[in-house]
Amino acid sequence: MFTFRKALTSLLILVIISVLAVAGCASPTGESTSSQSNGNEQASNAVEDVTVTFMHLWPEGSSKQQNLIVNQIIEEYQAANPHVTIKLEVLENEQYKNKLKVLSASNALPDVGMTWAAGFLEPYVKGNLFAPLDDLLEGGLKDSFVPGTTEAYAIDNKTYALPLELNIVPVYYNKKIFSQYNLKAPETYEEFTHVVQTLSTNGMAPIALGNKDRWTGSLWYMYLADRIGGAEILKKAIDRSGSFEDPSLIKAAEEVQKLVAMNAFIKGFNGLSNDEGKSEFFNEKAAMYLMGTWELPNFTTNESIPKEFRDQVGFFKFPTVDGGKGNHDSWVGGPGVGMFVAENSTVKEEAKKFVKFFVERWGEQSVVEAGVIPATKVDTSKVQLPPLYMDVLSELNKASNITLFADVQMSPGVAQTHLNMIQSLFGNEITPGDFAKKHEEALAQEEQ
Amino acid sequence: MDKVMSNKKVIALYVLPSLMLLLILIYIPIVLTGYYGLMKWDGIGTMEFIGLDNYSKLVKDPMFWKSAYHSFLLAIFSTISLLGYLLIALILAEKIKGANLLRKIYLIPMLLSSVAIGQLWLKIYHPSNGVLHHLLSFIGVENTPAWLADTSTVLGAIFVPIIWQYAGFYILIYYAALKGIPESLIEAARMDGATPWQIACKIKIPLIAGVFKVTLVLAIVGSLKYFDLIYVMTDGGPNGASEVMASYMYHQAFRGFDFGYGSAIGFFLLLICLVVTWLIRKLTAAEEEIQYS
Repeated sequence: MFTFRKALTSLLILVIISVLAVAGCASPTGESTSSQSNGNEQASNAVEDVTVTFMHLWPEGSSKQQNLIVNQIIEEYQAANPHVTIKLEVLENEQYKNKLKVLSASNALPDVGMTWAAGFLEPYVKGNLFAPLDDLLEGGLKDSFVPGTTEAYAIDNKTYALPLELNIVPVYYNKKIFSQYNLKAPETYEEFTHVVQTLSTNGMAPIALGNKDRWTGSLWYMYLADRIGGAEILKKAIDRSGSFEDPSLIKAAEEVQKLVAMNAFIKGFNGLSNDEGKSEFFNEKAAMYLMGTWELPNFTTNESIPKEFRDQVGFFKFPTVDGGKGNHDSWVGGPGVGMFVAENSTVKEEAKKFVKFFVERWGEQSVVEAGVIPATKVDTSKVQLPPLYMDVLSELNKASNITLFADVQMSPGVAQTHLNMIQSLFGNEITPGDFAKKHEEALAQEEQ
Repeated sequence: MDKVMSNKKVIALYVLPSLMLLLILIYIPIVLTGYYGLMKWDGIGTMEFIGLDNYSKLVKDPMFWKSAYHSFLLAIFSTISLLGYLLIALILAEKIKGANLLRKIYLIPMLLSSVAIGQLWLKIYHPSNGVLHHLLSFIGVENTPAWLADTSTVLGAIFVPIIWQYAGFYILIYYAALKGIPESLIEAARMDGATPWQIACKIKIPLIAGVFKVTLVLAIVGSLKYFDLIYVMTDGGPNGASEVMASYMYHQAFRGFDFGYGSAIGFFLLLICLVVTWLIRKLTAAEEEIQYS
């Protein structure tokens, strides 16, 4: 009995060891040889079966329309290219960002994925992780993009991702709640504070905000900075030709704290995620919500949201501030996510083909079916679109300036400081002066 | 059997697999982390050797010390709650009605994943729809605190689910240890007229002192490197008010793209845990282990 058991255990251990050895040692070499052979075979024989891995950030739950279109496009692509299999991985926004970093650190990015522009993109490009996609642009794609959108993804004259969305950030509001309290969409900041005051004294939360995610609060600060100090002020402070200690940037921070003091934001906003904050607006417990146009489908085409609610959502441009330098038609926004191809992808050519196909089809479909504004040009004469969407689109065409999101403009390290400071500012834990000083310190440290 | 166990080859065969696993999964990464801690590295690009700069930055970083302070608070909190668990286990080990059911109730949080627990407590703490808000409003509290958004309440609010999460684990350990005490000892004490309280303090607790020591190390070291619920529920916020060492390390490495500094924090955390473990062993080694006779 003993010997039998011993033999069995030893056998088991041997099996475990060999499995470990195979898993631990063989896989890296195995991968590199297979990649080599893959590449060679692809050159000689184009119909070799390939799998392209693709990671995106539109889960069915929170971005239903986008999710549908992605699946449609993938199906279409696979039908047209039977030798290609697209393997999907879908994550929610914050998780997506985290996973992308983890995968980068281990150099295991998916063949195709999503990235943000400018400062977000930079470390990945510097680390040689994204492949330049200029050949795709030269190959006829260039003209289909709205001018200025692909540039946000370019570093040293090479474009590393192709944008899918062009977003601006309007203030959405609930028309029913507004009419209930006899309010109208404000044009000036004075009218806006009146709206906030009225709602707040009547026990209705004026603004839905989930500031645990922090970039949400940053949008408010960015707009106030723009309206008070003009379109260039924040950009200059970040690229060091200006300063965060500029009086108008400090004033913007003061205004944020005034809004907080007026109870403008929902209770406990600093501990709520964007989704939790958003649901207060969707449940009609808050009257306003400042968010990018990627939310448009939820107010127009998304069938899982009650039509009654969708119909009563309107939007207004961020109000002008009396004596401020900002233009009413200046927006916070910019290209949203773009598609990248991994530099070390073993199926780079196939991945690029897929990206090209995806961007083109996305441009056509996202407008009609999702109500998302694509980064490619839209021919509005051909399609029937919801009025809210048309209104936003025409505002976009009138835009005097679009300021790219601050945390995207900044390098990741400084962006963290900025986001933390935003949370403290909203939480009244820091004075506007110190808020500016901390930004200056972080930017100065980065310069060394 | 003895003969087999003295065969060096057999010993090697038995020990090797786990040794290899440990080496690959634990010790090599530890060494690598220490190594990365000497680098300026964004996790993607090339590494640059900067010696001990990361560590000197660490010592001067107020945010790190703030997070370390939070971690130590959690450790103290967990240690105190160990006494509570011990009390519950003592009661459960008595022949009381429903002890079986109660034991299961205590154990259930352990079966949930941290993320599920986080989501659950997020709902409880929700400032306007949460259970706690409704309960407090019901008994007449106006202006209920926004637990997770307020820097003064967030730490306490997050400690509660952490303690709750591990209650079952420690209660189970104590319960098992208490059940291991020979019934005859207790019977003898009872014959001599000892009260239940005396039995607990003079017999049961001294007899499971060894187990208590183990749980002490587990609780303190576990608290120092705690991460899960903090990440799920507050992400260290608002403005670092609930940041602990592990979450700070994560934020530096993955959010701020500073893997060198992140690694330095990780390595430092390891050193702290080692020192604390050593200290606990030193402090508690004085008493002799009691043997059942």
